[in-house]
Amino acid sequence: MDIFLQQLINGLTLGSVYAIVALGYTMVYGIIQLINFAHGEVVMIGAMVAYSVIVALAGASAPLPPLAIVLLGALVAVPVCMAVGFTLERVAYRPLRKAPRLAPLITAIGLSIILQHLAMIIWSRNPLPYPQVVQSVSYHITDTPNGATITNVQIAIIVVSVAMMAGLTALVYRTKLGIAMRATAQNQAVAGLMGIDINRVIALTFVIAGGLGSVAGVMVGSYYGVAHYQMGFLLGLKAFSAAVLGGIGNLAGAMLGGILLGLIEALGAGYVGDFTNLCHLASWSDALAKRCETDPNVVLFGSNYQDVFAFIVLILVLVFRPSGLLGERVSDRA
Amino acid sequence: MTTTSALPAESPGASLLVGEGISKRFGGVQALADVSFDIRRGEIYGLIGPNGAGKTTLFNVLTGIYAPDGGRFTFDGQPLGGQKPNDVAARGIARTFQNIRLFANLSALENVMIGRHVRTRAGVFGAMLRNARTLAEERDIERRSYELLDYVGVAARANDLARHLPYGDQRRLEIARALATDPKLLALDEPAAGMNATETASLSKLLRAIREGGTTILLIEHDMKLVMSLCDRVLVLDYGKKIAEGVAADVQKDPAVVAAYLGGDVALHLKGT
Amino acid sequence: MDRASDASLKSYAGVGGFVASRRHPAFAWIGVILVALALIALPFALATIGTAWVRITNLAILFVFLALGLNIVVGFAGLLDLGYIAFYAVGAYVYALLASPHFNLHLPFWAILPLGAAVACMFGVLLGAPTLKLRGDYLAIVTLGFGEIIRIFLNNLSQPVNITNGPQGVTLIDPFRIGTINFRNTDTFAGLAFTGPIKYYYLLLVVLVVVIVINLRLQDSRIGRAWEAIREDEVAARAMGINTRNMKLLAFAMGASFGGIAGGMFSAMQGFISPESFILVESIMVLAMVVLGGMGNIWGVILGALLLSFAPEVLRYTVEPVQRAMFGRMLVEPEVIRMLLFGFALVLMMLFRPAGILPSATRKRELEGGRTNGVQGAAPR
Repeated sequence: MDIFLQQLINGLTLGSVYAIVALGYTMVYGIIQLINFAHGEVVMIGAMVAYSVIVALAGASAPLPPLAIVLLGALVAVPVCMAVGFTLERVAYRPLRKAPRLAPLITAIGLSIILQHLAMIIWSRNPLPYPQVVQSVSYHITDTPNGATITNVQIAIIVVSVAMMAGLTALVYRTKLGIAMRATAQNQAVAGLMGIDINRVIALTFVIAGGLGSVAGVMVGSYYGVAHYQMGFLLGLKAFSAAVLGGIGNLAGAMLGGILLGLIEALGAGYVGDFTNLCHLASWSDALAKRCETDPNVVLFGSNYQDVFAFIVLILVLVFRPSGLLGERVSDRA
Repeated sequence: MTTTSALPAESPGASLLVGEGISKRFGGVQALADVSFDIRRGEIYGLIGPNGAGKTTLFNVLTGIYAPDGGRFTFDGQPLGGQKPNDVAARGIARTFQNIRLFANLSALENVMIGRHVRTRAGVFGAMLRNARTLAEERDIERRSYELLDYVGVAARANDLARHLPYGDQRRLEIARALATDPKLLALDEPAAGMNATETASLSKLLRAIREGGTTILLIEHDMKLVMSLCDRVLVLDYGKKIAEGVAADVQKDPAVVAAYLGGDVALHLKGT
Repeated sequence: MDRASDASLKSYAGVGGFVASRRHPAFAWIGVILVALALIALPFALATIGTAWVRITNLAILFVFLALGLNIVVGFAGLLDLGYIAFYAVGAYVYALLASPHFNLHLPFWAILPLGAAVACMFGVLLGAPTLKLRGDYLAIVTLGFGEIIRIFLNNLSQPVNITNGPQGVTLIDPFRIGTINFRNTDTFAGLAFTGPIKYYYLLLVVLVVVIVINLRLQDSRIGRAWEAIREDEVAARAMGINTRNMKLLAFAMGASFGGIAGGMFSAMQGFISPESFILVESIMVLAMVVLGGMGNIWGVILGALLLSFAPEVLRYTVEPVQRAMFGRMLVEPEVIRMLLFGFALVLMMLFRPAGILPSATRKRELEGGRTNGVQGAAPR
């Protein structure tokens, strides 16, 4: 039970991060039907920029309180990532709005490569350790020793994520900009004819996505304690899977998909070893039984296959229910 | 209302395509409601009705783009249903599209050659080895494609890109491509749309020639003169329902048809005529 | 170009017909002979600079195979595949496991290569069957995921039963053997030293000619036309009786088979493989070769493959001395510069020349065409 609870907590934390990043993907896809491959890199840049700020402030002679340091790190990262998002859209995506799908996809891949290697040059090719400015405090959930715990960092991540999701929902459903975004997503041409500045709305979408991504980057860096120039790629791919799972283009879907994927990954990693432990079948084969005497973990698929879960989820969703959990039934009618 | 012919399937005048109770719904809209009709071998059969009546939807259901919610088709004596568009074409129903769907960046000749795909067989190994049979088939494909281009009158532009052809030639090219599949039934969706009187007259000539050649034609059209002069029998749809089927001249006078096109008041006026 | 005579000329042989259709046939044939002589003499010329360059050339030719294989999928059939390297990996591992001390099997190469192609083809069909109905970018992501899944499995199938030897890879892979000629050793013949890499070079050259002919013939065939039709307008293609699902699957399977064969040859040449050789970047690299070179145009794809294979090597030799001369030390490693340039090349090409360096005529029209005369513009969305 404790393992279950612990994995549940881990999954919720991970899922919150996925949800925030997935929102970035889904917003961009919803409005211009483009998979912004480079979004993962924007998250990475957020983590890196915050890293630099935190390191600088933490090492200062009169250090500020830890919370302030992290906040300042985030505060600097957000505008930087917003600027990056804006530049990507302006320079690389806007000229290709009418091109066949292949062109922006290739461009996005190219941008992803450029950003990764620029980060490698600017910061380092090695993983960068986040200074532990905030002391990690664990709260016990259950009474047993070694029971499930939740740390303050995890709580902060979940709370911040929920706050951001609420804020974004309010923005999209209660403001003029939100209506403009939804209209542009539904029918770009007509929205333009109704007086909406399409270019501005799309640019703002990228900016907001960049902002969300940067906060996610800071959260990931703080949670795992490292930042690395390649961290964006896998995270981005998984978050994209989450967005597809929930229904691409759908905000609630991205949030749901993110949380679900986080849970699937955490619970899967925790239990897949148990489920596929061949020693359960030791009675069927002598050779197996013999091996299990010395090594009780003859595991077929261990937690090292964790990354595969996201991909499998992605493929399964796209094959069996391409519109995702909350998406509309979109058939590929020509 | 006419009834299904009792003649055996092979003789001319027997039914080629029978639709019974075809229905199709899109969300809240009943696009087709219990439509039944029968097309006889060798005739030119018109499908008319005001805009939104469900004519193209009937085409799409027939050719496998949508699955009907109810009813069934019988084609050439065999049931036709649940098939994918490519199977329908293999069975012998070829179509053109309301908005012209040519392969725009390929030449006219290549467009028609692609139409021959379904009646030819060379596969991957034939392509790679270029054995005698494959080469013979390729020569035949090209020869027949030229013939078809000539038949519809577009041979002079065989090597021009489809999208560079004048509008009238594009429509003819689409017909040639459909003919390349050796269809028993040629289903044309507004082939005369956008054509002037001269072009329409020569299209009419072409369609008659095609019918003489043994191909049955199903035709959606808005040009009433063309329909009345060309079609043997006509099916009239309105709001997804069949409101008349029969010889063109009779249908033209049917009060329900007049009401559908011109409105109920006018029909009342005409009643005295 | 008169289509009728062109077609009959092309009936003879892909290369001959293609070449002879140019305006001055005599010049064209002289050109072909000169190129052939240069290619035959090339490895010995390179060997004087260093055997490494022969190896580099061999790897470049392998990438040409991969690019041509992917060109069938992306260029001919218009399907996006971001995980193509998985088929290369499958072919490589099939060869490695059947011709090395790992399982102590030493089957001959002419038996294993077709088997590798068949296994890769099977994976292609397995992947393609449920996914080829997906729209462009989704298909790209799914294939990317598949490529990663294959890599992760190859990396982890060392527990509980050691199939692939995990991250350590498989070593001591058998070289090719034809009769008494062992492709690993150096034999002297007519006063010339035929080193291992040089032997592989000639073999690869022969296979390359066969592959090019196959590609040319495929393009100009009933199947090739069906692929073009699907790319232009899938709905119309289906209405004309083309089984689009099977055609797409066929393209996928063929591409996968090419990848599998190339993988087997890679295994034999290198003598050692590990999952590190089959990472995502390689898939992207092959896709870039096809796209930047000129999708759908066989010669463009070959050019793209050669450029992207040789460029990093050339960079490696020039970037270091230049940086030391300018800055006194190496600021940025050649590998990083290579990737940066690669990324910029992708972005700039898509912005300014999306059809590629040597565009195929049809693709160029597709990318620049719009709606004309009521015929649907060819930019599929």
